Amino acid sequence: MRARLLGTLGPLLALIAACLFFAMRSDRFLTADNLSIVLQQVMVVGVIAIGQTLVILTAGVDLSCGMVMSLGGIVMTKLAVEQQVPVAVAIAAGIAATALFGAINGLLVTHLRLPPFIVTLGTLNIAFAITQLYSNAQTVTDVPAGLTTLGNAFQLGGSSVVYGALIMLALYAVAAFALSQTAAGRHVYAVGNNPEGARLTGIATQRVLLGVYLLAGVCYGLAALLSVARTGVGDPNAGQAENLEAITAVVVGGTSLFGGRGFVLSSLVGALIVGVFRNGLTLMGVSSVYQMLVSGVLVILAVATDQFSRRLAQRGGGET
Amino acid sequence: MTDRLVLEARGIVKHFGHVTALDGTDFELRASEILGIIGDNGAGKSTLIKALSGALVPDRGEILVDGVRVHFRAPSDARRAGIETLYQELAVAPALSIVENLFLGRELRRRGFLGRVLRMLDRRRMLEESSAFMKELGIGVRSMKQAVETLSGGQRQGVAVARSAAFARHVVIMDEPTAALGVKEGKLVLDLIRRVRDRGLSVVLISHNMPHVFEVADRIHVARLGRRVAMLDPKGVSMSDAVAVMTGAMIPEQLPPHTLS
Amino acid sequence: MILRAVHVFALIGLSSVAAAQQPVIGLITKTSTNPFFVKMREGAEAAAKTSGARLISGSGKNDGDNVGQVTALENMIAAGAKVILITPNDSKAIVPSISKARAKGILVIALDSPTDPVNASDALFATDNYRAGTLIGRYARAALGAKVARIATIDLFPGHPVGAQRHNGFLKGFGLRAPEAAVNTLGTASDVVCMADSYGDQTRGQTAMENCLQKNPDINVVYTINEPSAAGAYKALKAKGKEKSVILVSVDGGCQGVRDVASGAIAATAQQYPVKMAELGVAAGMAFIRTGKKPSGYTDTGVSLIAATKVRGVESKDVTTGIELCFGRK
Repeated sequence: MRARLLGTLGPLLALIAACLFFAMRSDRFLTADNLSIVLQQVMVVGVIAIGQTLVILTAGVDLSCGMVMSLGGIVMTKLAVEQQVPVAVAIAAGIAATALFGAINGLLVTHLRLPPFIVTLGTLNIAFAITQLYSNAQTVTDVPAGLTTLGNAFQLGGSSVVYGALIMLALYAVAAFALSQTAAGRHVYAVGNNPEGARLTGIATQRVLLGVYLLAGVCYGLAALLSVARTGVGDPNAGQAENLEAITAVVVGGTSLFGGRGFVLSSLVGALIVGVFRNGLTLMGVSSVYQMLVSGVLVILAVATDQFSRRLAQRGGGET
Repeated sequence: MTDRLVLEARGIVKHFGHVTALDGTDFELRASEILGIIGDNGAGKSTLIKALSGALVPDRGEILVDGVRVHFRAPSDARRAGIETLYQELAVAPALSIVENLFLGRELRRRGFLGRVLRMLDRRRMLEESSAFMKELGIGVRSMKQAVETLSGGQRQGVAVARSAAFARHVVIMDEPTAALGVKEGKLVLDLIRRVRDRGLSVVLISHNMPHVFEVADRIHVARLGRRVAMLDPKGVSMSDAVAVMTGAMIPEQLPPHTLS
Repeated sequence: MILRAVHVFALIGLSSVAAAQQPVIGLITKTSTNPFFVKMREGAEAAAKTSGARLISGSGKNDGDNVGQVTALENMIAAGAKVILITPNDSKAIVPSISKARAKGILVIALDSPTDPVNASDALFATDNYRAGTLIGRYARAALGAKVARIATIDLFPGHPVGAQRHNGFLKGFGLRAPEAAVNTLGTASDVVCMADSYGDQTRGQTAMENCLQKNPDINVVYTINEPSAAGAYKALKAKGKEKSVILVSVDGGCQGVRDVASGAIAATAQQYPVKMAELGVAAGMAFIRTGKKPSGYTDTGVSLIAATKVRGVESKDVTTGIELCFGRK
């Protein structure tokens, strides 16, 4: 148990250490204003990472997350701007589109038993193509205010907090509760840890997997709304960075790529680590090439720590 | 032990590609009896009990519970019929705790709003009941909240045994329950099996451990090449004869009648 | 992709019927959806029509897709193209395929982006990105007037020649010491208080600008690599109430970008001319087909400064002209 705690607390300690480091190197880092900016910058990836965490907990991976999010954003904005669809309906349609992709991913994984890596690689390309074609590779501008309200901020103790960031935190709270305090949540872990064993104990593993991919799709739709709110446009090229960044956030946060282990809140820590480094290195005037370097090193450290803590946790028999 | 059959199978056939795992095997289990199943590797023992427990669907044949024909499509169907199974591969989630594994698939929820609407788990109650199960079995662990993967092979098996015995309402099937256990723990499992039988349930016990089988079983089902070749009386037949029938060195017809059941 | 292949095969059929009549010119763009390349293709089709040639077009699947372009190249050779115009996704990896085409006597002209090495194609018709940067640099310096400059550069990503040329050209135009056009690394200067990468997209442009503003709230000049990243930078400036006090300049001249100049979000942008590239390419191709004369070297396809407000000493075109000449949805 102690070893697994290392895997989970490690990233949090790394985040704190990074914050202290940047606070020493720039007196602008630890201001409420700057931290609020970092939170805003992280909120889209943060929400995508919730869905990605669910998938990775089942020992899968969703390579299509960013592209599906982008599709959701285009659907929402195009409907609202060009078809004058009421904002609430447009949002629902966007989330429905991303949920549909989630369902497709889930069905291909459970019924055709294709590896999630391959399936989502395919849906990544399909989602990207549909987004480019539907949007004609043009950004959708003049988006109605209703779609961007979550990008507005309110004052909290001298700095502004964006509503979208609160939504992200609320979603994390819901996800954390569901995964740790409900049977359905524990079943996600069981399916990721030992799928055949879970099936034998009577868990409907197909339904669990399908549900996970579907919920992930919903997360991507919510992230799309946050992305539109943040940038004020529907951008067909949004989501390309978030694609890998979301997976990085989950892995750096300590969730095991082998499934069955990890906490969703860690993905928030992972996302924050990436955002803090990007912000801090810019404040220090360091080239962004080093951000990539740091990101790569963190991923390897995270996976190595995960492997190490797993080996420590197991006793005898050479069982995995 | 009465002659009423609680679980019966007729002519079960199961193929896996070109391999015929079950070749029209029969099976019968009486009320309040301990039935031992012995057979060489590849005899189809594990496949048979997976068919009985709903873990796989036979290609042909019928299964009857209390004389009524049933069609198990998933393990939960068999569980609903009161059949609990302990699989050879243990079917535990190593990263989850002992408590979570014991209640996997049948978690307890909190009462009232928290449980019904928020679907919140009642961890305290599950912890209490888990501790009781494990104590009854005499399996010592540091903490019920520790992950199953931190347990020794024997303790892990103890958790799986406890799970099958604790929730059983009708039939318990155990595939190699004493395989990883030491002498003392093995004896405790045999005691548990007897207690389960005395509770009025029936137990199916697959084991390579002949002395264990002969110690607790009321009857012995001999499996060979996907079929049931004999039903033996452990009090009448000798262990070496039983093994001989199991390996095919002796055909059942060669056995005297008092050894049969 | 399949539709395109069918399209090309149908044309092979047709061209074998009308063999000696219409010369065939091929155009391969990076992608088929980017409005820049859509405009280029439209220009090429119009130019081909007036010169009596037939244009067949192809592209990669997405930015960076070399294999798709190689396939298109092979199909066009099979279709009997005498001239191929290409905007390479991968300036090195496309070279072997181009060499094969040239070995068959086909003229290959690079548009918009060079091959590596540059002489792997017969000629290059492209924007002078260094000059584009210089124009907006001069505009920004003049617009700033006597104030002390605090510059932020929102760049592409490390190592890309176009990113370096525009950035360094901007520094030169602004009056700062800058690397020459052939250099691939970004120059620095004391007036440049922040450099951050946007990868050319809007969201990351916004993040880059936000972080730069955190570093130095007094930034008063922002150079951006392209108009999407400028839009993102503008959003960040607006959130801090700085959109009116900061001079934001960019490169591209797409219709959305020119609209942003009209609305005041962007102070000035350097407009490029994909249609000019296509027209010059078709013209050079026709000259080659008729007389065998090959073009060579680099031809500047022109870049103009588009600004809503004129500043003294810097020549610029107005927004109306910019809209007429822009690419994308008008």
